Amino acid sequence: MTIAAAVGPARRRARIAYLLLLPGVAWLAIFFIIPLISLFFTSLQVSTGSSGKYKAGFNWRNYVEALSEYWEFFLRALIYAGIATVLALVIAYPLAYFIALKAGRWRALMLVLVVAPFFASFLLRTYAWKTILADDAVITQTLNALHLLPDGRILNTSIAVIAGLTYNFLPFMILPLYAALDKIDPRLIEAGSDLYASPFTTFRKVTWPLSMPGVVAGTLLTFIPAAGDYINAELLGSTKDKMIGNAIQTNFIEFRDYPMASALSFILMASILIIVTVYIRRAGTEELV
Amino acid sequence: MAWLRSKLLGIVAVLVLVYLFVPIAVVAVLSFNDPEGKFNISWNEFSLSAWGNLCGVAGVCQSFILSIEIALIATLIATVFGTMIALALVRYRFRGRGAANSLIFLPMATPEVVLGASLLALYLNLRLPLGFWTILIAHIMFTISFIVVAVKARLQGMDPRLEEAAQDLYASPWQTFRFVTFPLVLPGILGAALLGFALSFDDFIISNFASGTTVTFPIFIWGAAQRGIPVQVYALATLVFALALVGTVVGQIVSSRRRRKLAASS
Repeated sequence: MTIAAAVGPARRRARIAYLLLLPGVAWLAIFFIIPLISLFFTSLQVSTGSSGKYKAGFNWRNYVEALSEYWEFFLRALIYAGIATVLALVIAYPLAYFIALKAGRWRALMLVLVVAPFFASFLLRTYAWKTILADDAVITQTLNALHLLPDGRILNTSIAVIAGLTYNFLPFMILPLYAALDKIDPRLIEAGSDLYASPFTTFRKVTWPLSMPGVVAGTLLTFIPAAGDYINAELLGSTKDKMIGNAIQTNFIEFRDYPMASALSFILMASILIIVTVYIRRAGTEELV
Repeated sequence: MAWLRSKLLGIVAVLVLVYLFVPIAVVAVLSFNDPEGKFNISWNEFSLSAWGNLCGVAGVCQSFILSIEIALIATLIATVFGTMIALALVRYRFRGRGAANSLIFLPMATPEVVLGASLLALYLNLRLPLGFWTILIAHIMFTISFIVVAVKARLQGMDPRLEEAAQDLYASPWQTFRFVTFPLVLPGILGAALLGFALSFDDFIISNFASGTTVTFPIFIWGAAQRGIPVQVYALATLVFALALVGTVVGQIVSSRRRRKLAASS
């Protein structure tokens, strides 16, 4: 075969690929990338004095103001989301491990059950925690009898917000963990015990490292939406538990302070990007999805 | 003791599943409640009044139907676009593949408030009237990535030799797709579409930015939360959940039966 004949089909194949990409990628470029650029310019706009009206400019002070006014909201969002992510990992791992390696013929059904909560309203599920964690509910009464609650209650405290975040994003942790654990050859785990490793050593030296891509993807898919969430803080927390999402939402929709809300959004994006990059470097994996 | 140790993992796994369903059970139970005050939070008395009159509260069914319309259209378009992207990324090597992969991953790595705020910034700058279309555009945008990831996983699990065999037998690229690739990835595409529908139907954060005065089902719930969510909302949400659960479980059983039959006949 001549070189030209070999290059021809390859070029045509690349052209088919670009055609396949075109509609979806164009949609994301117009309605995801351009809005982000638009948001960036909005974050630098200058106030005209009347509320809700701003003009183009390069007012970097918006960022200074956003940070000085809302740094506590940022801190809270990162801490709450961080704790919720660790809790979700601890809760999700045994279930993902069981489905991937032990469930046998129950595997498909259990996977359906993991995704099922997506079909029940997010807002109502969060609202349901108001009932479960109410002051006169069993959980609160029991923990109170053991003197475990610093405020004597769960609802309207940071505990309720973290509990809500942990619960709401759990499927996003379970699914990537399952996908990673499913790829592990069970014989590797058997080999560990054949070589007289204790179950704990086998887990630490074999299973856990091999499941790392799932751990990284799962923690990211949990941490990112949790850090930007405002529904859990709004419905389950007090005014002292508000997160950065609440600040962005109220500034944009209620105060119509678009430059402030946009600056807050960009600081959130930047801090997430930094955390994610450092985290991926340290976890030593490049493969995300 | 030994029995407990051998079963411990299974018990923990079932407990986690139960935990996932506790709030959903609360919603289902409260749909049969006759609340004492405005707020349907604690159990008072059994009642079927909400189930007997699902549209009994002004606006609830309009918002419900609007959400279903938006979710259907958004899912259809996002599934077509997403499947095309997944095909290109898995089956073709081309320049810019890495960039395309990042473009797909980025919307999932962006918090929903930021997606919503940035779209609203664009809509405001363009002076687009907010409503049905602006919500639809937003929903297509954020579901595409999830669909790409789901279909990609299915395509990667497929034996490439099946497609090669078709091409060796002089099938055109279109015929290969139509008669080999498509039927094999169809279950994956349907699963992805189902997930897309759920994400769109249930989306609140982005819709709240993009909607203006248009009220979808989650926006209705949010608005009602201040003065007490009507029991009808609990009944409708329970209905959707029950239908989806029964549908997927039946689908799962049918497909595993078919797979077993195929395995037995070959």
